[in-house]
Amino acid sequence: MHELSLCRSIGTIVRTYAEDRPVQVVHLKVGQLRQVVPDSLSYCWALVNDGTVCAGSLLDIDHVPAAILCQECGTTTVLEQMRMVCSGCAGTHVTVVAGEEFLVTSIELQGG
Amino acid sequence: MGRFHRHVDGAEHDGSHTHHGDDAVLRVPQDVSASTSSRPEVGDLSGYETRPERIAVLEAIFGENDRIAAANRRDFTEAGVRVVNLMSSPGAGKTTLLRETLVRLHGRTRIGIVEGDIETSIDADRLEGLGASIALVNTGNGFGGECHLDAPMVRSALARVPLADLDLLFIENVGNLVCPAEFDVGEHVRAMVYSPTEGEEKPLKYPVMFRTADVVVINKIDLLPYLDVDLDLFHANLAAVNPTARTIALSSKTGEGLDEWIEWVSRV
Repeated sequence: MHELSLCRSIGTIVRTYAEDRPVQVVHLKVGQLRQVVPDSLSYCWALVNDGTVCAGSLLDIDHVPAAILCQECGTTTVLEQMRMVCSGCAGTHVTVVAGEEFLVTSIELQGG
Repeated sequence: MGRFHRHVDGAEHDGSHTHHGDDAVLRVPQDVSASTSSRPEVGDLSGYETRPERIAVLEAIFGENDRIAAANRRDFTEAGVRVVNLMSSPGAGKTTLLRETLVRLHGRTRIGIVEGDIETSIDADRLEGLGASIALVNTGNGFGGECHLDAPMVRSALARVPLADLDLLFIENVGNLVCPAEFDVGEHVRAMVYSPTEGEEKPLKYPVMFRTADVVVINKIDLLPYLDVDLDLFHANLAAVNPTARTIALSSKTGEGLDEWIEWVSRV
């Protein structure tokens, strides 16, 4: 639901790097724990870009699965569902080590 | 990547290939369309005389929000004000709980409230007259209204919040179990209000919100005799996504359990 404001933030970042050159592709890394709906993000991306160097550009999303590290036994568990329980020892003293990423990794600009 | 995407030469394909240096640490211009330059007879390529360029960015999309949130937190801490970000679904009872909190702490704790509401001042009006300083943030400006408060919105409201005269500030977020969880506004702790009428499964359906809470208030316990809800199952579901969350069961209506909440907010 907040994809519109996310797209505004993405646009601000991208324009800083693109300067005045047309943008073709924006590569994002999005963790599974981020509540981002890819279709909504793409839809809002088109909405906020009218008349900017990002107009017509595509979002390319690299999804990162969520993973937790057990502080008791050291096992890393990739989460199939959101249960903060170690797959090795069933402990709950865990920290999230992947899945919270939300960044612009790179952009592709038209040559010029 | 595993998704369809399009390259500048118009080719569309799935994402099974390695996508031009997927580690995104490359700063040099990269050839992202070798086929374009090797087939100059295809179409009008006047816009592609030089090669497309890939630029590494590696910037957090929440970076700007988080910088402002850090500035808010610094201001709060310097003023000696502890700040609670209060979140819930619509109708779980945030405003009623705040009202009861103001009544009980009146004259003991100097309280401010930043009130996020999409269109109206209804919630802010309900909190008037109890000695608190209230700053309303209507998030409805522009594109249909925001579903959350972010750090810049809270910062803009701070001009109307007398931090130097406060001990405790509540930021009453927009009622929503999804978006507010994503935005740090500069608070010190996060409290959630859950109503048993919402069902036991909510922590599993909205894990990010429930995971982010330091304390989960189970409100409206006066309704339990009339509901089929299994609170033990709710606790188990909450523990699955947030094993360290504290829970406080209360009823803002009858006052049962409110002392524990008041004690908690007095020590945040």
